[in-house]
Amino acid sequence: MKVWLPRDAAARALGADAVATALISEAARRGVRLDLVRTGSRGMIWLEPLAEIYTSAGRTAFGPLTPEDVPALFDSPETHPKALGLTEEIPFFKRQTRLTFARVGLIDPLDLAEYETQGGLAGLRRALGLSPPDIVTEVTDSGLRGRGGAGFPTGVKWATVARAPGPRKYIVCNADEGDSGTFADRMLMEGDPFCLIEGMTIAALATGAAQGYCFIRSEYPDAITTMTAAVAIARDAGVLGRSVLDTGQAFDIEIRVGAGAYVCGEETALLNAIEGRRGTVRAKPPLPALQGLFGCPTVVNNVLSLATIPIILSRGAAFYRDFGIGRSRGTMPLQIAGNVRHGGLFETAFGITLGEIVTEIGGGTASGRPVKAVQVGGPLGAWFPPALFDTPLCYEEFGAKEGLVGHAGFVVLDDTADMAAYARFAMEFCAVESCGKCTPCRIGAVRAVETLDRIAAGEAAALPLLRDLCQTMRLGSLCALGGFAPYPVLSALTHFPADFGLNTEAAA
Amino acid sequence: MTDTALATQVEVILRDHAGGEGAALPVLHAVQHAFGHIPEAAMALIAPALGLTQAELRGLVTFYPDFRATPAGRHVLKLCRSEACQARGGQALIEAAKARLGVDWHETTPDGAVTLEPSYCLGLCACGPGAMVNGELHAKLDPERLERLLAGLLP
Ligand SMILES: Cc1cc2nc3c(=O)[nH]c(=O)nc-3n(C[C@H](O)[C@H](O)[C@H](O)COP(=O)(O)O)c2cc1C
Ligand code: FES
Repeated sequence: MKVWLPRDAAARALGADAVATALISEAARRGVRLDLVRTGSRGMIWLEPLAEIYTSAGRTAFGPLTPEDVPALFDSPETHPKALGLTEEIPFFKRQTRLTFARVGLIDPLDLAEYETQGGLAGLRRALGLSPPDIVTEVTDSGLRGRGGAGFPTGVKWATVARAPGPRKYIVCNADEGDSGTFADRMLMEGDPFCLIEGMTIAALATGAAQGYCFIRSEYPDAITTMTAAVAIARDAGVLGRSVLDTGQAFDIEIRVGAGAYVCGEETALLNAIEGRRGTVRAKPPLPALQGLFGCPTVVNNVLSLATIPIILSRGAAFYRDFGIGRSRGTMPLQIAGNVRHGGLFETAFGITLGEIVTEIGGGTASGRPVKAVQVGGPLGAWFPPALFDTPLCYEEFGAKEGLVGHAGFVVLDDTADMAAYARFAMEFCAVESCGKCTPCRIGAVRAVETLDRIAAGEAAALPLLRDLCQTMRLGSLCALGGFAPYPVLSALTHFPADFGLNTEAAA
Repeated sequence: MTDTALATQVEVILRDHAGGEGAALPVLHAVQHAFGHIPEAAMALIAPALGLTQAELRGLVTFYPDFRATPAGRHVLKLCRSEACQARGGQALIEAAKARLGVDWHETTPDGAVTLEPSYCLGLCACGPGAMVNGELHAKLDPERLERLLAGLLP
């Protein structure tokens, strides 16, 4: 019997290992030969642990499983109470366009041969036949924009590094993924690590870098283990090392582990952390592309940006660019989280509306109560009320609504949520995580918490002060931590004044 | 542990990382892994080896939340405070944990069993509230499941 079961951290946190143990002992008890493959997660987190069993029709899903559900899987899978039908026919899965996540959940993440069978290394092989400027052109033409939050065109960044003079160049993968409500980087690293390695290697070929670093947050022990193992396997197979696929070009990757500071996701703080300094933000200019790690030209890209490179190279820029709308091309792996019925990872082309994401795909709240607000783009993103659910997913449209796409996390709240408490938390978070380098963020966040407390105590007159402070933080902070922390606060105030004890005019 | 035993172990860690670029975080992780914290005696050895002043090294240890200058309890419980977990009952869970342990954030129970630390996302946002116990993740916690977890940690 062939069974696939995730080794993804969320699936494990929901009991996948106990299900694996039950499968093994039940198979032994019955004398059944069990071929158990631990994979990444298919992304339907509400159904985890989700096992798939091979049938003549394809991979059939069962979940969410407990060890008690296991014996019946051996008896009559067809009538199993947790049977979900063919995995790829489950509506949540079927509706997706999986480009970056094509292999996640499908394959054994550390099986390089299977990776290749499923299309892996095709992008790298094509890149090896192109000149570095042609690789960069391909990435530019794909329209890919940085998936880490800022949405900067990846090809433009690479071109800058490629042209920059320097004794050495570096590829740095930003796997710090600190935003609450996001977990796509983690799932990709745990489910298809070779894809990220391939993307980093293509970046190295395009820019002339010989060394890469992948900086993973310490909260992701499984991703660290999987990536470390994958790098060693890739090195043994000659994908990394002194001569990438026997071409004579050198590139290697070192995994670095973060130490619990959210701000290290900011690219210059991340560079400081790799260099062994405090993770404080550097003033820009100089851009990291020109003077980054150890003062050398450096590509800093998010996990998803880099993991999307292989398919762009293998299928061509036009294939990728044909998905999406406006200046938001390709697909985005959405992370649907919080109080939501169908939480998980959903990859789709840009252009889908917020309402479709929350109501149709997410299925509304888990509590069954009405949706009150959705925070998009992490702890520094704005809260959207249902009145804005017609907003299409796209960098420009979200910007026009005073919000951001960011790393595309969607945190859903039901109508019992107190938005004033969430606003206060946003500023408290900013105060805790501020690197301390600039005053608007370091002091401003503390003062904002105090001012929000005054408003909560009924002092509506403190409101202009809060707005003024938010303005100062927005314009005066060195990075987007202090610069964007006002978004969740002001959006909560604008859309939910009653939660602050204010009437609509007072909040306006 | 004697100071010489500690020094030998720290020297091994430093030798393992010698010559690497920007070795400070890997070294501090390794030292903390070995001793559960960054002992005073270790700092005296690490700073010169990394070319840092004592002040710079202390600056690193205090900047990064993962590094501790004093030992934690026998178990470390991290609870996620962030939005997606709050949306799924995280606040009630945190209050239950604090009440059960009788500690606030960053504190250790008087018997030295459990240290309570905040986390600001564990990547379990679709299945929160999330927690990490001694490096292991747990999802969909509620006060009863937390109670069972804690029962395994408390004497
Ligand atoms: C406070 C703060 C935290 C950030 N955290 C992350 C992060 O965890 N991961 C990430 O890729 N980018 C993060 N960013 C954005 C990075 O600074 C940078 O824009 C990104 O890594 C560039 O890669 P991309 O172009 O591929 O998106 C953060 C920015 C700020 C201001
Ligand atoms: S917000 Fe709690 S795990 Fe992400």
